Amino acid sequence: MVERRQIKMNTGLNEYILAIVTCEKDRVISGGCPVFLASGQEEMEHISLLLARILGGIVHDLENGIYFICKH
Amino acid sequence: MGGYGTVIAAGITVGLLNRWLLLRSDYRHYPTYPHGQLIHLALGFIAASLGAVAVPAIAKPDFVAVTFLVLAAQQFREVRNMERETLTQLEETKLVSRGTDYIEGIARVFEARNYLVIMTALLCSGTVQQWGLKYVFVVGPLLILLSLKLMSGSYIGDIARVQEGRIHFKGSLLMVDDVVMMNVGLPQTRKKIMDEGMGVIIKPMDDNARLNLDAPGQRKAIIHDVVSILGSKVDVNETELMPMARKQVDQGYLAMFIVANEPDMEMLIEIIKKVPVLESARGTTLLSYYGRKAAD
Repeated sequence: MVERRQIKMNTGLNEYILAIVTCEKDRVISGGCPVFLASGQEEMEHISLLLARILGGIVHDLENGIYFICKH
Repeated sequence: MGGYGTVIAAGITVGLLNRWLLLRSDYRHYPTYPHGQLIHLALGFIAASLGAVAVPAIAKPDFVAVTFLVLAAQQFREVRNMERETLTQLEETKLVSRGTDYIEGIARVFEARNYLVIMTALLCSGTVQQWGLKYVFVVGPLLILLSLKLMSGSYIGDIARVQEGRIHFKGSLLMVDDVVMMNVGLPQTRKKIMDEGMGVIIKPMDDNARLNLDAPGQRKAIIHDVVSILGSKVDVNETELMPMARKQVDQGYLAMFIVANEPDMEMLIEIIKKVPVLESARGTTLLSYYGRKAAD
């Protein structure tokens, strides 16, 4: 009998910047991922929190006014 | 035949008792389920019977039977596969995984314990055959004690000092003492970590211990044991508070960080001290000539 194995693949993107959230649009040149513009620090935090929850990633801070979401 | 009956019964009883005592189950030790325990007790019974029957088979003498016994003993190699497969399957749905090193260690222990039971049963039935029933009351407990002692292995507390570490932030980087753990973006997450997080420093006592703590498998085992007792605030899709262990690359000691459901520092340190040292991760540099030379 041939043994059948179900192969489960994780098709999510790990270790990849999923989204960038920033107030300063001059600092980001668009790349491979969506960039979200926020009007202030508070909105920036809020948007990144929502995105992190939705994408299952965590929020990182580049310490120059740019947050990004990445899944590990 | 009546004589052989006592011989076999004595072997089986002591062997089964040994398996039962080896099957300690607490929060960390697998299996914790009644069915899992039953499976292992049943296998222990079979192993004990194998060991117990061997002596009468030789005494009779029936060497064909002995050959069959050896064949039957091969079956216990399957035990390791069985355990490995079950635990690996369970791994997929775990929030904080055990890691393959830990699984391999557990599986190996389960296989080894069956051989231990065979040996105990064999020696006990041999004792009864040779000297009589009353000697088994001395030899039996002695063998059980010996196998409990031999199979206990060492713990993190034996090879390293565990102490509290200070959690703080350097910009957006979470640090435990002087070890960088990770980048945390959101201010509210930082606040939660500062309020509820616990940091621990695990300092290896020698070079062997340092290599041991280097192994990611060993770190996973530590984290798994801590989480399985104190709990963690990680959820599906909310992995920001994932517990982790990172090493200080220059000095070689480990820093661990966790946000637990039960923030009890003393118990955290005690739990880490009681984590088994994994066989597959054990460092042996001090056993080699060059390792000893390099260490001084």
